[in-house]
This record gives sequence, C-alpha cells and structure tokens, in this order.
Amino acid sequence: MKPYIVGLVNGMVAGSEGCLSKLITLVEDDSPEVPEIMKMIYPHLGRAYCVGITGAPGVGKSTLADRLTAIARGKGLSVGIVAADPSSALHGGAVLGDRIRMQQHFLDNRVFIRSMATRGSQGGLPASISNITKLLDAFGKDIIIVETVGVGQTEMGIAKVADTVVLVLSPDAGDSIQFMKAGLIEIADVIVVNKADHGYAENLVDELKAVLLFSPSNAKHHTVVLPTQAINNVGIEELYKELENRRTGVRAV
Amino acid sequence: MKKTKKPIRVLIAKPGLNGHDRGAKVLTLGLRDEGMEVIYTGIRQTPASIAKTAFQEDVDVVALSCLSGAHNYLFPKVVELLREKGMNEVLVIGGGIIPLDDVPSLKEKGIKAIFGPGSAIKDIANFIRENVKR
Repeated sequence: MKPYIVGLVNGMVAGSEGCLSKLITLVEDDSPEVPEIMKMIYPHLGRAYCVGITGAPGVGKSTLADRLTAIARGKGLSVGIVAADPSSALHGGAVLGDRIRMQQHFLDNRVFIRSMATRGSQGGLPASISNITKLLDAFGKDIIIVETVGVGQTEMGIAKVADTVVLVLSPDAGDSIQFMKAGLIEIADVIVVNKADHGYAENLVDELKAVLLFSPSNAKHHTVVLPTQAINNVGIEELYKELENRRTGVRAV
Repeated sequence: MKKTKKPIRVLIAKPGLNGHDRGAKVLTLGLRDEGMEVIYTGIRQTPASIAKTAFQEDVDVVALSCLSGAHNYLFPKVVELLREKGMNEVLVIGGGIIPLDDVPSLKEKGIKAIFGPGSAIKDIANFIRENVKR
C-alpha cells in the first residue's frame, strides 16, 4: 500500500473533505491505485442511501436535487451529490452546469457536491460512478444523490448505482404510448412530473397512472407518480416522504 | 470517441455583485471546445463559495471574471481562501475590465495572468496548458 493513498483514505474516513476530493479525482481519472483505494474503504461501506435522479435535459433534475437536499439537511442528515454532464464526442471537453442550481448549499459543511463529465461512457453516467458513490458512503454521507446527464429512453446506468430511481418528466413528455415502451420507464421507482403548474401536467400524471395500472410488471414494482414544482418547492415534501418509504422497503427485502 | 483520460478541470467563477456574464460564458464554451471540463458557478458568488467549490471539485484552474471594479479586493481574497484550504497548486487567472495599472499587484497576490477584452481563447487555453501543475 502506498503511504500517500493510506494517508488520503485515513484522512477521508476521519472526515477530511480535501482527502475525499483528491480520492474522487484519482478514481475518476482511473488511476492505477483504484483497486487499492476500494479495498481500503470496503469496511466503511453500506450505510448511505443512494437516490438516483434521471430524465431529459432541462426537466429540473438539479433543482429537485437541490430541494431534496434542503429537506434532508433540515432533518440533520448529511448529503453527497454527484452530478453528471456529457463529455463532447468531438473534443472531450464538457460544461458541468448542475451545481449552479444548488447554490444554497455551497457553504454548508455537511453537503459535498461534485460535478463529473461522462468521459466517453454511455448509459448517462461516468464509468467511475459506482466507485465514487462508494467513496461518499465511506466518507459518511447519509444520503447520496446521483444525478445523470440528460437522458432519453435507454440510459440505464442509474439502476446499477441507486437504491431508488427517480425519473423526472416535464409535462409535455408525451402521451400514454410513450410510457408503454420498454426502456428507462421500466426501471423508475418514482416518476416525477415536474413543472406541474403547466397545463398539461395533470393529464400526464393521469396517463402515467393508467399505464402503470395496465402493466403486469408494475404489480411487483409499485412505481408511483408524483407531481412537483421544484422551483416553487411544491410536492417536494411528498417526494421526500416517498423516498424515505422506499428506503425502508429496500431494507426490508 | 477519443478517450481523453485526464482533461484539465476549470472553474469559471464570477465573484461580486456584477451580472455581466457574457465573457464568462464565451470562455466556458471556448475552453470546453479546447477539451477541458469547465464548471461555471453563475453570477454573484462570494470568494468563500468560489473557494469551497474549487476545493470540492478539485479543479486545476480557477478563472475569475469581474467587470465591476472590485477585482482588487475579490481576486486576492479568492487566492487567500484557496491557500487556506491547502490548494497551493491551483492556477488562478482573471479577466474582465481590469485596468492595466492593477495587473502587477494582482500578479503579486497570486493571480498568474489577466486576460482582458480581446484576448484569444486559444491563448488562454495555451496559457492554462503550460501553467497547470498536475
């Protein structure tokens, strides 16, 4: 074991954000030390609740993450947020713009926000995401929110990392046929219709509920549909409550 | 796509009460196209929130933009807070409306370069590549 790595891991487990930040960089950069790091943090895993937020660009994923974080903090829980945005297929660059919606938490010492680019990985998340959430778990975060890039119908990466998957839709997301199709919709535990002040929202909520009612697989999965207005803080308490219930469910299984 | 393993990470930040962010946005896109990962904070940030963001994001570069005239206070304050957090290697550069007379003292206080109006994005990108320590 390299002393440098041992120092970082011990520092992180003891609560140093600087060590956490450096370790995330090493894991994100796929450095040769990754197996060593993961082995060292293994005894500290298994405490955090990981919520995934996915959906098309601009539907309000980051704003929802921000509002959920505010509720969690109100309950005294610490929060880690990993927010992904796409890397360019042309030159590898990226604009990471999710953090901008989370400014109320910038100076909160119990909220850690990290922006990540996908770096060529498909599925809506960077390849290193699973290990990064483990770092936040080992650091001691109570809740980890993973926000995917803006996705469409097939990006399933979130199902592998999150305990509970929230799919966010905007009110003009389509009619019932869209939601009968296979894909992303099948892995959602909670479907949020955000921007619910929009005239189409009520109709979409009804259509989604109808499709879920028809779906044989949903008899086991119990996906729920919730309307929210993230920027107005409407429906967020209900969403948070549902996520809490799901956590109990996850543990009971 | 070509797998770029370790892109340079840049934080573009606007400290202070100044809402003119065209330059910051142009640079965000320009550095993105130069293959860098660019985090943009949005307008009206405090030095404390900028330093905290740089720390959590473990960026290689902090690029500060200010057009309101408060650069002589805000830029060195960000550098001071970064150093307090142990970020001694991070490259800090500045831009906006900065009188030439102010540049030497800003450089003395740890802002490695000032890129004013008319600066070419290529030049800024090259300066970053040459001066980033990683």
